[in-house]
Amino acid sequence: MIDYFFGLPSLVQGLAKGVAVILIIFPVAAACSMAERKVCAWIQCRPGPNRALPPVLAWIPGIWILQRIGLFQLMADGGKFLFKEEPLPDHVHKLYYVLAPVVAMVPAFTTVTVVPFGAYLRPGGGVIPIMLANVDVGILAVFAVASLGIYSLILAGWASNSKYPFLGGVRASAQLISYELSMTLAVLPVFLWVNEPGSAGSLSLARVVEFQSKPGFWGGTWFVFTMPLSALIFAVALFAETNRQPFDMPESEADLVGGFHTEYGAFKWSLFFVAEYANMIVGSAVFALLFLGGWNLLPWLPLAELLGKLHHLTGSEVWLHPLVAGLLSIAIFVVKILATIFVFMWVRWTVPRFRYDQVMKLGWQKLLPLSIANLIAYTVGIYFLQQ
Amino acid sequence: MAVIPVKRRSLTLVERTYLPQIAGGMWTTIKHFFGPADTLEYPEQRPAIPPGYRGVPTLVKDPNGREKCVSCQLCEFVCPPKAIRITPGSVPEGAGIDQVEKAPQAFDIDMLRCIYCGLCEEVCPEEAIFLQKQYSMSGYSRAEMVNHKDRLYELGGTLPDKHFKWDVKKAAEKSGGEHH
Repeated sequence: MIDYFFGLPSLVQGLAKGVAVILIIFPVAAACSMAERKVCAWIQCRPGPNRALPPVLAWIPGIWILQRIGLFQLMADGGKFLFKEEPLPDHVHKLYYVLAPVVAMVPAFTTVTVVPFGAYLRPGGGVIPIMLANVDVGILAVFAVASLGIYSLILAGWASNSKYPFLGGVRASAQLISYELSMTLAVLPVFLWVNEPGSAGSLSLARVVEFQSKPGFWGGTWFVFTMPLSALIFAVALFAETNRQPFDMPESEADLVGGFHTEYGAFKWSLFFVAEYANMIVGSAVFALLFLGGWNLLPWLPLAELLGKLHHLTGSEVWLHPLVAGLLSIAIFVVKILATIFVFMWVRWTVPRFRYDQVMKLGWQKLLPLSIANLIAYTVGIYFLQQ
Repeated sequence: MAVIPVKRRSLTLVERTYLPQIAGGMWTTIKHFFGPADTLEYPEQRPAIPPGYRGVPTLVKDPNGREKCVSCQLCEFVCPPKAIRITPGSVPEGAGIDQVEKAPQAFDIDMLRCIYCGLCEEVCPEEAIFLQKQYSMSGYSRAEMVNHKDRLYELGGTLPDKHFKWDVKKAAEKSGGEHH
């Protein structure tokens, strides 16, 4: 089976891997919307959606747990979005109106290609990251492609040909431009540190995790400890980039009805939603890779060392099998992503939306100077450290 | 009046970052996150009905199982939305309610009109109509939402009676005494 897979042309292999990742990301992104409703409900002292249950499944013992966590509600919602009528208002620019949700999905899924989501140990030693494309552009590709996602919002806002979506689109573009700068500047110190003098330069995300997996005190430290300000700026900019509250400007349902997706309904609308959550997943993954040590369980405890310890403790050879290592690393990484996404939701139901001028002020007058100062300070520091 | 100057302290640097406030808010929300839900999951859990609750209006019988309503129609006249419609009738022979002269032939309350004001209960001289604890009325048609006499008695049941006023009157008549 594995030999057959590696015997296939690389294009087919890549396609198969890509489809597999999309097949996982899409339902996970959809499940995130249910998670959001549940987290919201629990924070507001409500049980949340807990009623839907297909009568044919009611006899299964213990199925009520799935019913209580709203799994069937999620399926019912998904089915509803698939089968309900697709409204196409008369006043919209038809081509761009239909194109916008598709444009939203493409960057959301494309960024996954350069994000590693696990690692396995080579029998001879050494950690191989599991990712679709281990290219040197890494983080640059994520930023470049992720910022394309804004076109869908602008396109949707403009093609809807009505006031509220238009304002939503305008806000989205202004906000994205404002926070893109600080976000990029905030991660630069990480890559300055990772690309030590003498080593081949790389912006790959896998490289950052490798750096955080090094032995020794400084090697095993996650960047969130050594660069807390970078992590903070990146996190705030991430909230803004993914249009999450408190930076919910493009949508701002209180003043813009639904913002850019006011005129959308049915499946097209749900595509926007899935894209938003897919963006969140990728954003959380990048945050976990850059600042939270990727697939390492704890700071100063890299994956290889963890597996070695498990092997030592249990005396079982199974821990050294590449498959076990790969699955364990993916599990650790996924838990980190989910925890980050939970923080996203937690903040959303805690902090009220900023006013638009506050968003602009925070972006241009606070975060940008802060990230530039941060970059300069770390550049000088890293220069002396790596001399 | 004394003027009290209020000192307006400017925000400290930490406060201006807004981060401690966000952390405080998140602490509050996480407590709610793990706290119990305030929701009453309705069809399974029912709310406790307090005394004096004004639910669906019903007709009640006295402890002897006799119809109390004498179809005086006061409730029909007082009803602000005109939800009550009474057809008065004479007391049927052998119904065991010969202490009174009249009884309703038909007694309909249109629950689509009723506003649960309780004026019928207040005005009733016979203490025959009560707004009791039933709060959920539903039906598939307009006709179903009209409570007829038998349904009203079924909902109302029997309530204790302190006076038995017609029995007292009848006993007084029999013994040749004065009416109350």
